[in-house]
Amino acid sequence: MSNSVLVVGGGIAGIQASLDLANRGTKVYLVEKLPSIGGRMAQLDKTFPTLDCSICILAPKMIECYRHPNIALLTYSEVKEVGGKAGDFNVKILKKASYVESEKCTGCGTCMEKCPVKVPNEFDMGLGNRKAVYMLFKQAVPLVATIDPEHCLYFTKGVCRVCQKFCPSKAINYEQQPEEKTINVSSIILATGFDVFNPSTMNEYGYGRFKNVVHSMEFERIICASGPTGGHLVRPSDGKEPKSVVFVQCVGSRSQHGEFPFCSSVCCVYATKESILIKDHAPETDVYIMFIDMRAVGKGFQEFVDRARREYGIKYVKAHPGGINEDPLTKNLQIHYEELSSSKMKVLETDLVVLCPALVPKEDNKVIAKTMGLDLDEYGFFKSWEPLTAPIDTNVPGIYVCGYCQSPKDIPESVAQASGAAARASETIAQTIKEAIS
Amino acid sequence: MSEKTKCRIGVFVCYCGVNIGAVVNVPDVVEYAKTLTDVVHAEGNLYTCSSEGLGKLKEAIKKYELNRVVVASCTPRTHEPLFRSACEEAGLNKYLFQMANIREQCSWVHAKESQKATEKAKEIVKMCVAKAALLEPQSEPEIDVQPLALVIGGGVAGMTASLSLANQCFKVHLIEKEPELGGKLRELYSLYPSEKDAGEILEVYLQAVRSNPNIKTYTSSTVKRNEGFIGNFKVTIDNNGKEENLDAGTIVVATGADVLKPKGMYLYGENKGVITQLELERLLKEGALPEPKNVIMIQCVGAREEKDGGINYCSRICCAVALKNALKIKETYPEAEVTVLYRDMQAYGREFEGQYKQARESFVQFIRFEKEEPPEVFSEEDGRIIVRVHDISVNETLELQPDLIVLSTPLIQSEGSRELSKILKVPLGADGFFFEAHVKLRPVDFATDGIFVCGTAHSPKTIPESVAQAYAAASRAGIPMALKRVTTEAITASVKGEACTGCGTCIKMCPYSAIQKDEKGVAWVNDVLCKGCGVCAASCPEKAITMRHFSDAQVLAEATATLGVS
Repeated sequence: MSNSVLVVGGGIAGIQASLDLANRGTKVYLVEKLPSIGGRMAQLDKTFPTLDCSICILAPKMIECYRHPNIALLTYSEVKEVGGKAGDFNVKILKKASYVESEKCTGCGTCMEKCPVKVPNEFDMGLGNRKAVYMLFKQAVPLVATIDPEHCLYFTKGVCRVCQKFCPSKAINYEQQPEEKTINVSSIILATGFDVFNPSTMNEYGYGRFKNVVHSMEFERIICASGPTGGHLVRPSDGKEPKSVVFVQCVGSRSQHGEFPFCSSVCCVYATKESILIKDHAPETDVYIMFIDMRAVGKGFQEFVDRARREYGIKYVKAHPGGINEDPLTKNLQIHYEELSSSKMKVLETDLVVLCPALVPKEDNKVIAKTMGLDLDEYGFFKSWEPLTAPIDTNVPGIYVCGYCQSPKDIPESVAQASGAAARASETIAQTIKEAIS
Repeated sequence: MSEKTKCRIGVFVCYCGVNIGAVVNVPDVVEYAKTLTDVVHAEGNLYTCSSEGLGKLKEAIKKYELNRVVVASCTPRTHEPLFRSACEEAGLNKYLFQMANIREQCSWVHAKESQKATEKAKEIVKMCVAKAALLEPQSEPEIDVQPLALVIGGGVAGMTASLSLANQCFKVHLIEKEPELGGKLRELYSLYPSEKDAGEILEVYLQAVRSNPNIKTYTSSTVKRNEGFIGNFKVTIDNNGKEENLDAGTIVVATGADVLKPKGMYLYGENKGVITQLELERLLKEGALPEPKNVIMIQCVGAREEKDGGINYCSRICCAVALKNALKIKETYPEAEVTVLYRDMQAYGREFEGQYKQARESFVQFIRFEKEEPPEVFSEEDGRIIVRVHDISVNETLELQPDLIVLSTPLIQSEGSRELSKILKVPLGADGFFFEAHVKLRPVDFATDGIFVCGTAHSPKTIPESVAQAYAAASRAGIPMALKRVTTEAITASVKGEACTGCGTCIKMCPYSAIQKDEKGVAWVNDVLCKGCGVCAASCPEKAITMRHFSDAQVLAEATATLGVS
């Protein structure tokens, strides 16, 4: 019997579930696959509809997790085995070797400065570079470096050791081994988040072929002050400020024939937010959003969209974009689309296209489902025990699910469901104790 | 201040590796700090936050008998709690600590101006030392929290929250204004995506609530008054005409929403063939719907109006409700034609897109219109109804002759919300729904501690969304009750009674409803509710309110230190 809870996934949902539990006195193990917690929200520039700076409202919660006496933060770790039942799960966790001793590392960044190897920065969606020894982002929690052995010269060629030479804290340890740890928990909360559908499979939009066709997560990094362009809104082909930007909705989502027929629920409103950010950066820019149905269903969202149209002059076009061409000289783009309000085929020329791709369940869910004996739905979301009245429960008692990995949802819904999962886990603890006593 | 003469300040300047040290000349700042009034010790540390740095800080507090500490380093957002704990561990009240941000507000933004950055760092340190000299110890009082919740509203959200709290082993008072529990579930028929009907689901809930010994239900009851605050709410309810007093540690608001009656719109109320979706549900449930031949559903009736004082929000659920009921009619009367007139089809998320597809495959027709050109409904002299609509997808105006029109109207603020918001002193938003503490990260909290919101009282939502939010409210309310106590804010407002004229400005301004008048008619701050935002102190015309830890004297000392004037 245990009074602890395992939370899998360190994005906003996992963070909220952990804090709710820890703040009521429950011991929490928060497992995150990457070297830092923060998840997708850490990558966003601002959040709708309040335009709060995303990392500014997230970072205090990340720090709270780090400092909380009831939270054991297990970053760069994965769940390997799960046995037992509600009230008494045994979980084997693997912490990957980071080759940096976290107790010694102060996060000063000297190693990163000195490291000679540049690697595309996955946190910036590959738009900028990081080093082979790196911290995921500037506000990473824990603020410790990680060596990426796939690119590190010492691991690939047996040379260099520059980071070890310059580290003022003697924290670099090339001999570090992965660690296995077994924990006993009462329940498990899954909060694995989402992936971004790769739009390069949709040939007609030219993503991957045309430099000035980007997707919305890339755009978040471009417009973000901590991103690869320092927050300057410039297009990838020539570093110039775009005079016009077109957002294309439902790229890969709501697809009748493709893999992802569902609606990602957040794109209409985040595109609206991103459009407003463009207008804040450069008010003269023409901004279009091509959409099928404007789904601004959350609290204050329709009002936000109306404001974007009225006060910022964002142009909303009901459209089915058929394809995109590139002018090989100027790298400008032509969008061919059917205007739904006139049924006419039209062409719009623009400097930059932002695709809003389907946000899809993580591939890892399959592995986790197998490890824990969970059902996934046909798309790969964790399946609720009963979709109507038990959305947080899974087919395994004591294992709960929250955030986007259960079904598409925005940040406030993820936060609410995460608190909800914490309530379910607290119920399990209370009921287990009650049964043990009686 | 009497201790002024004995003030002994220690200043610790952090290099933060290269972050500060490569720009700001730290030894220079340390030497400068030593020259400041009351500073008896100053040193530089490579990382003040490392265990070594914290050790040196604690050692210095003892060795030099420091009674005020200034750390010049990064941001208090991330590091103040750490340095405060170090002070506490060395026996110093943690409010005798002051942080000077010379990284985010200095070295990082002036990375290319080393000399000027050093001068600025000195100024920042000077300001903080001046404030530190006036710091006073503060305490964070603790109050007890009764492990007993009051849930207002007995619909799906209220019942779910009650059951979760009860299963967490808390006692629950569940208050319902109607004679029976169930809320809107009582009026609904089928619930997508479930095979069960609403009645079966309701029965499961009722059974669970009735059989749970931790839940006491009060039907035909409403909340009349509330005194007290988190931990010890004193709520008076009207129970079937009798007043009853209930204690509670926390309160959950789950009062639901009403459905807009579209009076004067599309012949509603004039022609019997025009009804709302909720009325259609009831007819389907009772089997009382005469077989229709041609049904037209109109979406966004009285919603997404985009006008001053209008219902400007999207009610979220109406499209899914229309799809569900369109399919239900098709299933019951396969010969019936069903056409949905819509602006945007809100089939969001995982399930509804499939439902939308299913409706199209079942030959439900969809006609899209623009907000500027809404459908028109007339009745002919013989009683027939005509609908004229401009279909934007074919750019044609169509005339239809339905025998039944179903209007999809939005969920609106439930009756009594305004009164309840006054009784509990929690706000309503411009849309009329209860307004949470933070739209993004505190979706079920109110700014007032100990009171939470869930379900459609917060905004229109589906049953699973209400359930998830109800569990969330049960988690949030469970936290202080599990701990059995809360620590309250030390940085609060205090009123100089003799200076207060009782004008009431602060009471109106306070976002936490923490101020009231005492028996002498002067302002009194409830320390438990006060969050120390300072709005009252700033707005008091008599300057009768002081903020602890941010007194006028302290803030002016900082300003004077840098501006050199008083």
